[in-house]
Amino acid sequence: MLDFPTWKIRLVIVTTLIGILAAFPTILPENARAYLPKRVADAHINLGLDLAGGSELLLEAATPEVAKAQMAQMDEDVRTAMRRADPRIEIGEISTADGILSFMPRNTADVDRARELAYNLTNGVGVTGKRDWVVEIRDSTRIVMTPTPEGLQDKIKQSMEAARGVVSRRIDPDGTKEVSVTLQGANRIQVQVPGLKDPERLKSLLGKTAKLEFKLVDPDQSGATTGIAGPGSEILPFMDSRAQGAKIVVQRRVMVSGEDLIAAKQAYDQDGRTPVVDIRFNNKGGKKFAQVSTANVGKEFAIILDGKVISAPVFKDAILTGQAQISGSFTVDSANELAVSLQSGKLPVALTVVDERSVGPDLGRDSIQKGVLAGLVATVALIFFMVLTYARFGVYTTIALVVNAFLILGLMSIFGATLTLPGIAGFVLTIGAAVDANVLINERIREEIARGRQTIQAVEFGYKEASRAIFDANVTNVISAIIMFWFGSGPIRGFAVVLALGIVTSVFTGVTLTRLLVADYLKRNRPQELVI
Amino acid sequence: MRPLKLVPDNTNIDFLRWRWVALALSVGLIIASVALVSVRGLNWGVDFSGGQMMRVSFAQTADVPALRERLQGLGVENATIQQTGSAKEVAIRIPLEGSSNPFLQWLQGTSAAASEKDVGAANKVASAVRTSIQQDFPDAKFGAVESVSGKVSTELFRTGSIALSLAMVGIALYIWLSFEWQFGVGALFALFHDVILTFGFFALTQLEFDLNIVAAVLTIIGYSLNDTIVTYDRMRENFRKWRKMEIQALLNQSVNETLSRTIVTSLSLIITLGILLFLGPDVIFGFTAAMFLGIVVGTFSSVYIAAPILIWLNVKSDSFVPKDENGKKSALPAEGFID
Repeated sequence: MLDFPTWKIRLVIVTTLIGILAAFPTILPENARAYLPKRVADAHINLGLDLAGGSELLLEAATPEVAKAQMAQMDEDVRTAMRRADPRIEIGEISTADGILSFMPRNTADVDRARELAYNLTNGVGVTGKRDWVVEIRDSTRIVMTPTPEGLQDKIKQSMEAARGVVSRRIDPDGTKEVSVTLQGANRIQVQVPGLKDPERLKSLLGKTAKLEFKLVDPDQSGATTGIAGPGSEILPFMDSRAQGAKIVVQRRVMVSGEDLIAAKQAYDQDGRTPVVDIRFNNKGGKKFAQVSTANVGKEFAIILDGKVISAPVFKDAILTGQAQISGSFTVDSANELAVSLQSGKLPVALTVVDERSVGPDLGRDSIQKGVLAGLVATVALIFFMVLTYARFGVYTTIALVVNAFLILGLMSIFGATLTLPGIAGFVLTIGAAVDANVLINERIREEIARGRQTIQAVEFGYKEASRAIFDANVTNVISAIIMFWFGSGPIRGFAVVLALGIVTSVFTGVTLTRLLVADYLKRNRPQELVI
Repeated sequence: MRPLKLVPDNTNIDFLRWRWVALALSVGLIIASVALVSVRGLNWGVDFSGGQMMRVSFAQTADVPALRERLQGLGVENATIQQTGSAKEVAIRIPLEGSSNPFLQWLQGTSAAASEKDVGAANKVASAVRTSIQQDFPDAKFGAVESVSGKVSTELFRTGSIALSLAMVGIALYIWLSFEWQFGVGALFALFHDVILTFGFFALTQLEFDLNIVAAVLTIIGYSLNDTIVTYDRMRENFRKWRKMEIQALLNQSVNETLSRTIVTSLSLIITLGILLFLGPDVIFGFTAAMFLGIVVGTFSSVYIAAPILIWLNVKSDSFVPKDENGKKSALPAEGFID
């Protein structure tokens, strides 16, 4: 009991000191933190959005759309490949019904060549050894292409990665805010924006796919009223709500798309008052735009965003500079929003907000103040109670308590963990539960003394016998902390982290540290009788 | 100065003598809780029922009738407006269409399908409400806004239920492994008791039952077990030490020996949680209240549920005698330590 090897003593002291030091950047007020070296200052506890204020959105991707887009892409690729084949392969209509793509070359002699070309359009999926499409010949006349689940999954994964990038560019174009955008599960993206004032704007910014297309307006507009468009054309609504459901017939073929865009910014029309969006194309897009505008001077074209027509101006003359201006009924804000959306790129898949939590900064500040106050009062009350109950051993318990608090804060700082509101409750609870270890030990020492053991023996037995119960009890807490972390979301995870850390540190301080202190006291004073 | 002793030395209360009375009390409370939960239901938070919740604070006393009129003007019929702790703050809840009982939603699977369409509509309603309130009451401040779709809420409910069940089973298994099967059963029953009473408490008070409360219930499970384990540990020790002792006396002695610890620890937690209850953030009032109750109930159940079950399941002291290589029980003195 009394023999503590020197290395063990040093280890305990060093661990304690490291914990206290690590907690410092967190405890210091914000303005004092500025004087610390950056690496030290950065190692502090982050406040969760429920404390700091801010918004958290959970976006869900419509994954069936990915399959549809994959199918549409393949449709187009097959058409192009057959047209470009040398000699050209004539094919009939491509069917994409039931998630299977199939077509028939007009000349049966071309079937094998068409299969070869179609196969070349497919890709291997990672290291699975599978391809994203299975290509087969049926009835020796028809090429049938079926997307594989592996290929689709891979495609969804890629789309989600890409969507994540687009989302973070949209929210934080300059990359200066502490925005966190993470993938969750197979089809969700979590967005956390601290200190946000206007969650509505955030939602409308993310609600747009921002798929920009330029298409020629069909000279035959009869479809707008009859609802039946000619072959190669489609009927689209106008975006402007004042258009009152007006529709326009445009050609299906995309002249230029937003993918060829390199810059977009809000500007003003020549009159200097009407907000517009200036866009610039890359080389490829610029060339295409020049080509189309030259061939169609005097004709109308439609600027389409997410399947709705923003405006349908006329090509006054050929546009050779690769620059264009989108005008519609914009306000400065909506023009800005469109510019940011276009600049950040098209979302590969539409996103819906399925969960939103916003906390205003006042409520968060109030929670922190009250939480910290309650924590301090509770600690003082507990210290008072402990010293009253166990005298000198209560003081040791108190020391263990305070060190424990520092250690939890320190560990959280080192890991850069996030403190949430339930986390504060978890913290206070851990402090309360940490006392239990010492209560168990102290009570056991009392008992052993009552049984007539000598002081040193009583203390030794106290620690030894109590340790078993402490261990068993902590294992069960670890079990519930793990389950909470596994199944919980945001705030509950924060709680689980604090609880788990608290279990580790409280065993260290409650058992090891107090034992060192008690051993030191016994060695120095050799008391005949313990006051406990 | 002599330290304070809350429990005098050599206390010997015949706790288990009252086990039938305690059992009747427990069964009565459990029946009441089940009845409350099924008749009155829980006040499910938006985490589980889906829908929108907004906390709005005003510079003056909130004009609830005017707010209600405003909401009705927007076509929001089923919203509830409640004043929170202060008169200047209200909580507005807009439920989803259909059932607001997450259990039914889960069973029917309706909300998941419906929400696909409703998410957009519900979001629009919430936006309209927000804009409208901001317009009519320029001094209004939105403290918190939560908007959960039916899909997510059903998911949260499902994972929450799984987490609770897993925690209980996992912990009971652990106790079975480190003690005997009777102890595992006893601990599991004690847990059920605590969890059901907590639910009953929430049905009675109609405090909001949200995701944080699940964390509280999981903590209650952890703590209640902590308490049960400490008494079980002492019982195991005594079973080994006093092999001839009659079981009821032995359990009583164990409870009495650990009584001082039980009281000091429970009191420490009650002090901490009590302070948190009165001084802590309003937002976690329900959370803290649940834990406070859990501590009281958990302490009771360790003595009156976990211990008597051992009598009823007929635990024998030779369960704890280690077996030698031949599978025979080694002969040991009737009194003696096994370390």
